[in-house]
Amino acid sequence: MTPTGFEISGGETVLFWVIAPLMVLAALGLLFVKRAVHAAMCLVFVMVSMAILYIAQEAPFLGVVQVVVYTGAVMMLFLFVLMLVGVDASDSLTETIRGQRWIGLLIGIGLAAILGGVVANAAFPPARGLEGGDPGGVANPQALARVLFGDYVLAMEAVGVLLVTAAVGALVLTHRRRLAPKQTQESVAEARIKALPDGVILTPLPSPGVYARSNAMDTPALGPDGEQVPQSVSRVLRIRGQERPAPPGPAVVSTSSTRGTTGSAPESEKDA
Amino acid sequence: MNPVILAAAAPGVTADFSQETIWASIVKAVLIVVFLLTSVLFAIWFERKVVARMQVRPGPNWHGPFGLLQSLADAMKLLLKEDLTVTRADRFVYLLAPMISVFCSLLVFAVIPFGPSVSFFWTDWTTPAQLTDFPVAVLYVLAAAALGVYGIVLGGWASGSTYPLLGAVRSTAQVISYELAMGLSLVSVFIMAGSMSTSQIVDSQTQIWWFIPLAPAFVIYVISMVGETNRLPFDLPEAEGELVSGYMTEYSSMKFAWFFLAEYINMLNVSAVAVTLFLGGWRAPVPDGFLGGALNEGWLPILWFLVKLWGVMFFFVWVRGTLLRLRYDQFMIFGWKVLIPVALGWVVVLAVVQWLQRVQGVTYQQFIPVIVGAAVVFIAVMWFWPEKKEAPPGADQEKEPVDAFAGGFPVPPLPGEKLPPSKRFGKEVHGE
Repeated sequence: MTPTGFEISGGETVLFWVIAPLMVLAALGLLFVKRAVHAAMCLVFVMVSMAILYIAQEAPFLGVVQVVVYTGAVMMLFLFVLMLVGVDASDSLTETIRGQRWIGLLIGIGLAAILGGVVANAAFPPARGLEGGDPGGVANPQALARVLFGDYVLAMEAVGVLLVTAAVGALVLTHRRRLAPKQTQESVAEARIKALPDGVILTPLPSPGVYARSNAMDTPALGPDGEQVPQSVSRVLRIRGQERPAPPGPAVVSTSSTRGTTGSAPESEKDA
Repeated sequence: MNPVILAAAAPGVTADFSQETIWASIVKAVLIVVFLLTSVLFAIWFERKVVARMQVRPGPNWHGPFGLLQSLADAMKLLLKEDLTVTRADRFVYLLAPMISVFCSLLVFAVIPFGPSVSFFWTDWTTPAQLTDFPVAVLYVLAAAALGVYGIVLGGWASGSTYPLLGAVRSTAQVISYELAMGLSLVSVFIMAGSMSTSQIVDSQTQIWWFIPLAPAFVIYVISMVGETNRLPFDLPEAEGELVSGYMTEYSSMKFAWFFLAEYINMLNVSAVAVTLFLGGWRAPVPDGFLGGALNEGWLPILWFLVKLWGVMFFFVWVRGTLLRLRYDQFMIFGWKVLIPVALGWVVVLAVVQWLQRVQGVTYQQFIPVIVGAAVVFIAVMWFWPEKKEAPPGADQEKEPVDAFAGGFPVPPLPGEKLPPSKRFGKEVHGE
């Protein structure tokens, strides 16, 4: 493979043969792993490895930008959406378009055939390395900037305008007209104060009881009168019926009038 | 990221790595890791002690001289704690996340110059006090920071629990937003220094440190670096009052310690970047040519670098001891509607000024009337801008006396409201 007059250093060869198989494995993992986040991780691995290979080929700007833009921003947004969709979301396998799977398979085979043909027929010119003074300017950001903002400034501007248009379009499409007045901290506070007579509690709810013999999360606290406070147990536990009665303690025993009610209180006071 | 590969490629890099051997690089890398780990131990002690002093209490003072060994004892305690893995965790990612965090935080110091070339005491062999440098070193720092976020995001996701997930989602949004502002503030340094290599940027600050001419960019950087490291007042991903402790809720023992370590190394990282890009790097805080430049040679600059580094760290602690946590929506609005537009505007202004100076040959003297004129116009506009008449609260309500018992509870009148005259005294009672 090595053309005459151009040697790849030993370190670079080792780097390539370590990273390339791992990249292929990760790329296959992208196709075959079940969970979407794992697939995203495989893709991140491929991207970072590719950046390392770019840097090894004396294109540090390209490598670093690959990590900053693709891995740091684009892939992070993907992951963001994946996480918001749900921790256990899995792909639906129903076909929404009839015959979509076969069409996809056909197109995939066609693409593979074309790509294979092109790669097999490609004739590589002899490699020159960077001996000729780096004409493309990939290693030097200043030279790269001259090429981009000198020779290709119109294309750069066009791409910039396209991207801005796309961003503004996304904003416009997701924009909704405000139907109700905006809720501010002040208006929420006022509404709660107004709802005070309807049984809304302004303060934080009391925390569950802490006793020596019980796990406190599911055990109601005792009020100053010795009664159990059902709101002190999480609403979810109350709906599930997982709350436990508070163990009888000295505070309860001492107030003889409430003694009989403590045991049966939670069942009767379920307000969920 | 392999220094040996990059050693020869040095267009636009001031530090000379041509004499570098692989052994020198390995020794430097080990020294950097040792420096970072000991600095973290010191930083935890430093933070606790300074915050304690600000709150008029002694702080850790029991273990070792001045309590210096307190963080060592805490670290040992963390290592010996039980290592829990929650049942719903995605085990592989759960273990991987803290590793990503620490690994990425260790990467940044590779391109930070501690000093100029230093020579070893008993030889005449000189080497830059810096592991490596290349033409896009500062972008590499941003890349390492961007990868480090994956640790937080994946840690929150892999825990399979609500609070960590919320913390991770918050952190993603936060870091993406504040990285934009941070990157834009760094751009003005690139424009002025004409380079993205750290040694070249330090070299460009011989005359003046960039934080003076680029003060707006420096302020933006300082704000976004606090946001970037999830520190108070921007520690929303781990807000204790709302999310228990965010993405690290389900972590314990060594895995938790890794996150903790990464957080403190990240503080050191952004401080070191601030020092290198804005505060003159390893340059002595004296005018250029003072004592024939003796303060900027040999091993002494490492001292200046460390002093500045810990100055910025002190700022971190000071901010933490002073400010309260922002509400999340306020925080995002601040990032997107204030920081990023200001940073963008500043870059445009700076680019235009630079273009006028370098391409059009406009001198500083010619700028003065323009700046004065702009200031006069600004002041005039502000002076004659019609003042927004804010209606006093309650002015739009009719001046009827309020029924204080309308909701069933006695409520004192708001400003502008009037109570009905008291029946008891027959006098009018005014609301405050």
